[in-house]
Amino acid sequence: MTTTTAEASKRVEATPAARRARRSNRVVKFWTALGLLVSAAFAVLPLLWMFLSSLKPNTEILKNPPSLFTSLSSFSAYKHLFNDPSQLDAFRDSYIIAITVTLLTIIIAVCAGFALSRCDFPGKPVVTTVVIGVQSVPPISLVIPYLGLMTTLGLYDSYTGLILTHIVLTFPYAIVMMTAYFDTLPRTLDEAARMDGASSLRILWQILLPISLPGVVSVGVYTFMLSWNEFLFALMLTKQNVRTVPIRISLFIGQNAVDWQGMFAMSIIGSVPVLLLFLAFQRYFLGGLTAGSVKG
Amino acid sequence: MTQATVQSRPAVPPQVTTVVGKRRRSLRQTLTAYLFLSPSLLIMIGLMFIPIGTVIYYSFINYAIVDRPGRPQHLVGLFNYRQLFQDPNFLSSVWHTLTFAIASVAFHLLLGLGFALLLNSEVLGRVAKGMFRTLIILPWLFTITIVVALWRYLLLDPNGVVNFLLHSVGLPTQGLAWLGQTNTAMATVIFVNVWAGYPFFMISMLAGLQGVSGELGEASQIDGANTLQRFWNVTWPHLRPIAVSMCILDLIWNLQNFATIFLLTGGGPVNSTNVLANYTYTTAFFNQDYTAAAGSAVIILAISLVLAVFYARSRRALDR
Repeated sequence: MTTTTAEASKRVEATPAARRARRSNRVVKFWTALGLLVSAAFAVLPLLWMFLSSLKPNTEILKNPPSLFTSLSSFSAYKHLFNDPSQLDAFRDSYIIAITVTLLTIIIAVCAGFALSRCDFPGKPVVTTVVIGVQSVPPISLVIPYLGLMTTLGLYDSYTGLILTHIVLTFPYAIVMMTAYFDTLPRTLDEAARMDGASSLRILWQILLPISLPGVVSVGVYTFMLSWNEFLFALMLTKQNVRTVPIRISLFIGQNAVDWQGMFAMSIIGSVPVLLLFLAFQRYFLGGLTAGSVKG
Repeated sequence: MTQATVQSRPAVPPQVTTVVGKRRRSLRQTLTAYLFLSPSLLIMIGLMFIPIGTVIYYSFINYAIVDRPGRPQHLVGLFNYRQLFQDPNFLSSVWHTLTFAIASVAFHLLLGLGFALLLNSEVLGRVAKGMFRTLIILPWLFTITIVVALWRYLLLDPNGVVNFLLHSVGLPTQGLAWLGQTNTAMATVIFVNVWAGYPFFMISMLAGLQGVSGELGEASQIDGANTLQRFWNVTWPHLRPIAVSMCILDLIWNLQNFATIFLLTGGGPVNSTNVLANYTYTTAFFNQDYTAAAGSAVIILAISLVLAVFYARSRRALDR
């Protein structure tokens, strides 16, 4: 909107109400732009500071007054990370766990979502309510019995044990998201196939699944994120054999003289998988995420 | 491709719609449905219902998990719960939990809604909108240990960045240990939790705003309604059901919050940020009093389940 057109239109319909609306419109625009800048700064500046700090030696990090850009020359923390088996092992463990949890959760959620969206069966309202309800079960209430259970089953401090408990956190939400996604697909698709005698598995596998890829992707990204970032179960149910990235990072905090640079370097590298997944699939992901909580 | 596979199957005679046929078909469908649901049901039973039963059982016996040779395990009625309600630390942790959760939800809603409205305005083009959205969502993507590490650094006592910045704009915060003083610790913990969690709220609010018809807003704008009136009369009625549902879910999650507080303060200083989840954790794994911890865990569970009923109801209102 240029000044000339604005003034021209002002002359044309110069009622006081319209003028007031236009002026308030300009004020609103100014404050909106300012608000956006402030909110972006609120979100990003701390993260930017973390990134810059991962490039500074510890003496620089703790300097008072803090220096922002001076001596960003130290890649030693990153070099150290890639030469430190205890840090690299954490990445291996986190990848193994998060990827397995994601694949299993997708299978579970696709099957359950199909049943809840496409089949009529006695007990369906109960199952739906329970699936929504178990999202609210607190992990802290489960961790006490899990400690006993995992020790009894010999799964304490093992991949299998942590994978199973992570699935407990991810599957309810995944089912809700997947059911919501299947509900958006027209039923005529599978009814036509059913008429021709296709089995349920065939309908799911060959008709619904190929067009549900956006839903599957958003479930996958969210699941990966939950599992990669999970803290309590990893803290309580693993010790030495398995140590995920969040736990390895928290070990930095516990030390007497905190190696800030090393911790920030690991934090940056440790966030890369989730950041990449989010950036790559942002549109699917945000759509699928809200399909679960916001319908329509 | 679909057609080809369907055609390649042998033709099945059309089903005769007798009562028996219908019943058989619905039985088959029931079996199929439960077959598809079986992995979820197995996990729910094995890793949720049975453990929940176990923890409830623990809360009614004299000791659990640790071995006490010579002393048989037996039911003790409400002993563990009575013990909890006589423990001042437990009672204070209930209040801390409520403060923490309610304040967190309020600020999540405020920031999530505010940022969503800003992002939804027509000031921005498509590309700029996407960019700002990504930036504002960022804090949510980082694992809580990283968030905590970052803020512990920024809030450091003598050399912290936050104190430096506040001091340079003239505030007397030099030497203020945000996480180390009883009068600031809770507010600081809430602040970090809000910073890490508002984007989830914002995403839902943004999706809700997409459903508000632009024409309706424009019509009221021509009528001379100001921004606030427009928000209150046009936008908010549409967002309200989503906001209510999100608030209940967020309240459930924040009442259970463990990691943020455990890593930031461990419940201190002097228990001033000790919430129920942290109380449960320390009682179980530091004091080895698993039965009292089970009692506290059952109380968190009960509160969560009550709220879950309201959550399910609010979702049903959304679906309608």
